[in-house]
Amino acid sequence: MLNHGSINRRRLLRVGGGSLVAATIPTTWAIAQAKPVKVGLMLPYSGTFAQLGENITHAVEMLVAEKGGTLGGRPVQFVRLDDESKPEAGPQNAERLVKKDNVDVLIGTVHSGVQMGIHKVVRESGTLTIIPNAGNNDVTRSLCARNVFRTSFTNWQPAYGMGLALAKKGVKRAAFITWDYAAGQESGAGFKEGFEKGGGTFVRMLTLNFPETNFQPLLAQVPGLDVDAIGAFFAGGGAVQFVKEYAAAQLKPALCGAGFLTEGTLPAQGKAAEGIETALHYGDNLTGAKNEAFMKAFRAKAGRDADVYAVQGYDAAQLLAAGLDAVKGDLDNEAGLYKAMRGAKLESPRGPISFSDSQNVIQNIYLRRVENGLNKVVGVAVESLADPGTGCKM
Amino acid sequence: MSSSHMLPQSWIGWCALAVGALVLAILPFYVPSYYVGLTTVAMIAAMLALSVHLLVGGAGMVSLCHGAFYGVGAYTVFFLSPEGSPQPTWLTLPAAMLVSGLCALVVGALSIRTKGFFFLMVTLAFGQMLFTVLHDTKLGGGTDGAYLAKPILSLFGYTFDPMSLPRSQRSFPAYYVALGQLVVTYLALAFLLRSLFGRVLHGIKLNEHRMEALGYNTGLYKLGAFTIAGVFAGAAGHMWSLQSGFVNPELLAWHKSAEALLMILLGGINSLAGAIIGAFAFTALGEVALSLTDRKLLVQGLVVLLAVIVLRHGIAGIRLRDPRRWLQSIRSSGKWPNLTVRKPVQEARQND
Amino acid sequence: MSAALLSQLLNGLQYGLLLFLIASGLTLVFGVLGIINLAHGSLFMIGAYIVFFVVSKVGSLWIAIPVAVICGLALGALLERFLFRHFYDREHLDQVLLTFALILIFEEVRSLLVGNDFHSVPVPAILDFSVPITGTFSYAAYRLFVIAMCLVVAAVLFYWIERTKMGAIIRAAAEKPEIVDILGIDARRIHLVVFAVGAALAVMAGGLAAPLTSVYPNMGSGLLIISFVVVVVGGLGSVSGAFWAALLIGLIDTLGKAYGSSLVSLPLGQVLAALASMSVYIVMVAILLFRPTGLFGRRA
Repeated sequence: MLNHGSINRRRLLRVGGGSLVAATIPTTWAIAQAKPVKVGLMLPYSGTFAQLGENITHAVEMLVAEKGGTLGGRPVQFVRLDDESKPEAGPQNAERLVKKDNVDVLIGTVHSGVQMGIHKVVRESGTLTIIPNAGNNDVTRSLCARNVFRTSFTNWQPAYGMGLALAKKGVKRAAFITWDYAAGQESGAGFKEGFEKGGGTFVRMLTLNFPETNFQPLLAQVPGLDVDAIGAFFAGGGAVQFVKEYAAAQLKPALCGAGFLTEGTLPAQGKAAEGIETALHYGDNLTGAKNEAFMKAFRAKAGRDADVYAVQGYDAAQLLAAGLDAVKGDLDNEAGLYKAMRGAKLESPRGPISFSDSQNVIQNIYLRRVENGLNKVVGVAVESLADPGTGCKM
Repeated sequence: MSSSHMLPQSWIGWCALAVGALVLAILPFYVPSYYVGLTTVAMIAAMLALSVHLLVGGAGMVSLCHGAFYGVGAYTVFFLSPEGSPQPTWLTLPAAMLVSGLCALVVGALSIRTKGFFFLMVTLAFGQMLFTVLHDTKLGGGTDGAYLAKPILSLFGYTFDPMSLPRSQRSFPAYYVALGQLVVTYLALAFLLRSLFGRVLHGIKLNEHRMEALGYNTGLYKLGAFTIAGVFAGAAGHMWSLQSGFVNPELLAWHKSAEALLMILLGGINSLAGAIIGAFAFTALGEVALSLTDRKLLVQGLVVLLAVIVLRHGIAGIRLRDPRRWLQSIRSSGKWPNLTVRKPVQEARQND
Repeated sequence: MSAALLSQLLNGLQYGLLLFLIASGLTLVFGVLGIINLAHGSLFMIGAYIVFFVVSKVGSLWIAIPVAVICGLALGALLERFLFRHFYDREHLDQVLLTFALILIFEEVRSLLVGNDFHSVPVPAILDFSVPITGTFSYAAYRLFVIAMCLVVAAVLFYWIERTKMGAIIRAAAEKPEIVDILGIDARRIHLVVFAVGAALAVMAGGLAAPLTSVYPNMGSGLLIISFVVVVVGGLGSVSGAFWAALLIGLIDTLGKAYGSSLVSLPLGQVLAALASMSVYIVMVAILLFRPTGLFGRRA
């Protein structure tokens, strides 16, 4: 029911507000361009993932502020929506942003089940969407869409890097422990692929139901596996508890995993996490002016240290800025916009990033070791790793 | 006591329902398309709530497996009509109702021996089992859920393609299918509750032992109600798939059942229309809370708390009352105000 | 007995005893007051956050846990006096609705007060070591401490219920609610005490678990359903039933998870493994089909 010919009150107000901002630019063309870009932030602001949603939001706002509050010459207006990490509400919440709030861009989300709901809606509506976290492979593989980009990772990426680095270190036998859900399965498959590619023998995958944290039954099986290393994919509270229990059980195989195992959780894990090696696209002591400036600015804005989620949010906004700059804020120029975004070479706090044909981020996967409560980068597991994007037809 | 209090008691009630249906029928032409989708969601919720009402309001059986039957209905569409190969509704809808009904028949046969709180827990367990099968195995696309091809709207050889409509009206077909299904569900359940079957159920709700003594095979009646409610939940689940084209295991989770219970309590447990009112009120509450604040859940919690304290018989039970007498009764009894005058159904507390 | 099995049994014991602390409060509140309290899991969460808060200020778990228990008693008393007292004669569905609303409110207030961070509570230095069980597997001393503490609490609770006058009244009230009125006892005092104790038990469980599980949003929700399973299996209102049921459920859950995943290679193995992880529910259904009032419940 979008009224095409008539101008409704809301649109009038929006144009009016925009022209105030752009009052110094004389041409009418500039006034039209200065209509705000509406950016919908569909993220978890309550529940277990709330902190991730908040950090992503801070980082997006930070980049826009750095650009003087405008992207591609247009002011930016944010619409926040708490997705509660509820998959069954995902389609309706995405529709709310797309149809009711008429956002030009949707940035979201963290939970991969909710992402499926968003993806369903934006594939039909064609709304430009940038994923700042959710890692489900399919969204940039068999389900890929030309209006959907991802600045975070596929579940496959960090785990593949870890498996490969582990095998290259000379480890012969390894197993994987994770939650029995899509992210865990995809991460485990990536680990297995990398480890076997490096010449190791993957023994088996141990799983428990998501999001249960009764890890003891699994840990008790570890000695019987006869492996040299255990890979793991857990995040948040599960990661904290798993690492602590693994340490307390004093198991012989070294613990390693996708970087989420020790990401944002080190203060809570304490010395149980010391020495754990993980692979991820970010680390705590990455050098480079870009990262240092980012860390400092984030701390000033959010009052806490930046983490990988903040970086992913920041790059989502950077990617959007690159696209909008290339088309001078003209979002109707879809071909130009997507081309510019796919071709974007960005200087991220994590290092240089670019985008694959399936529009997933290409990035370095770093090998990190926990030292003194920090995820210290000790090497590069894989340089410029791109997700294979299997099955993506665009 | 008859069960006719479940239904509008006068022509005024029936008129109100007819007006409501009429308003819903013309609504899409007067509101932005987002609200068409939102109202469709509310109508799907109302169908689920209606089927729960048959159990709770009709037979006094509080089940936490009901959401699972709804999810099974939605997943049946996924299994029959995977992405890329859509199937006609005349196939998917009966199939969804059949599969959900069969699940309900099996679960019901094993659970109806237990009563009250134990029934609640046994149904919770079965619901969790169905949830786990779809959540933890690859059968249904796993935890992230999966896409499906929305069934083709087809009946008696006549097929309708939503894509033939202008973009702004593409959500209309699902809306009208939902509206039609809602009306049919309401009328079917109203008829059922008024029939001999419904009266026996009501008798069981009031006093099961008495009905047994009168020679009724109460177990069979309860199983019948449980299965029929499952069939209608499956139909509601089918509508979810038709509207969203997406299934996720959370559709089967126990809090879906809890949400449906919440709706019928909010609307009023003593009338069938209360289920519809409750579903719309619950959806509207979420929407308003989202518009007003970032803390939707807090608003929802406080409203529900307030509702359960002062609205003892739901929205449908509100009757105007002399405010002075109302205040007086608070002062004299020291108890919370009670906005309703309708007497609660005398429940035999045999079930605990 | 193999080392792996031994450690699994220990795990099951510890898990089950923690479940007992939560379930005993639930079963008392249900048995004596007739209240279904879905917000019981939130009390667990509140306990963990109180312990986190006190430990971060004072630095000692030995102070934090008593403080949490006192807070739990106070919170329980307040909830009973101003909220639940008005719901005793309501239908179960109303109680479900009320406590569902409380879950939302508790979580949101938690988010407003302390934010959504994950927090760790350090294990006290004196218990921060592992006890070797076998050559390859050690067991954290703090877990053994939790086992011991739970057993102590269980013993005190049994003494209170079985050997004191008030306990006798509570047992009578759980058996036949009318009896309290007949005996001329102030039922309101009994209700207040029972609810406060039930709340304090859940808060204490949260406090004890905090160093094991860390402290995070929604942490009580996973334990709520499994605690209800314990209550049902043990028989509504029976504390001793809850004790044995908690141990049974703790062991079954742990063993089901430990050995369920080895079923994956069988035909239909995925479904079997998924069902093995649901063994607790299957056991509950089986028990209820043969003993519809639970293992220790009075006969219908």
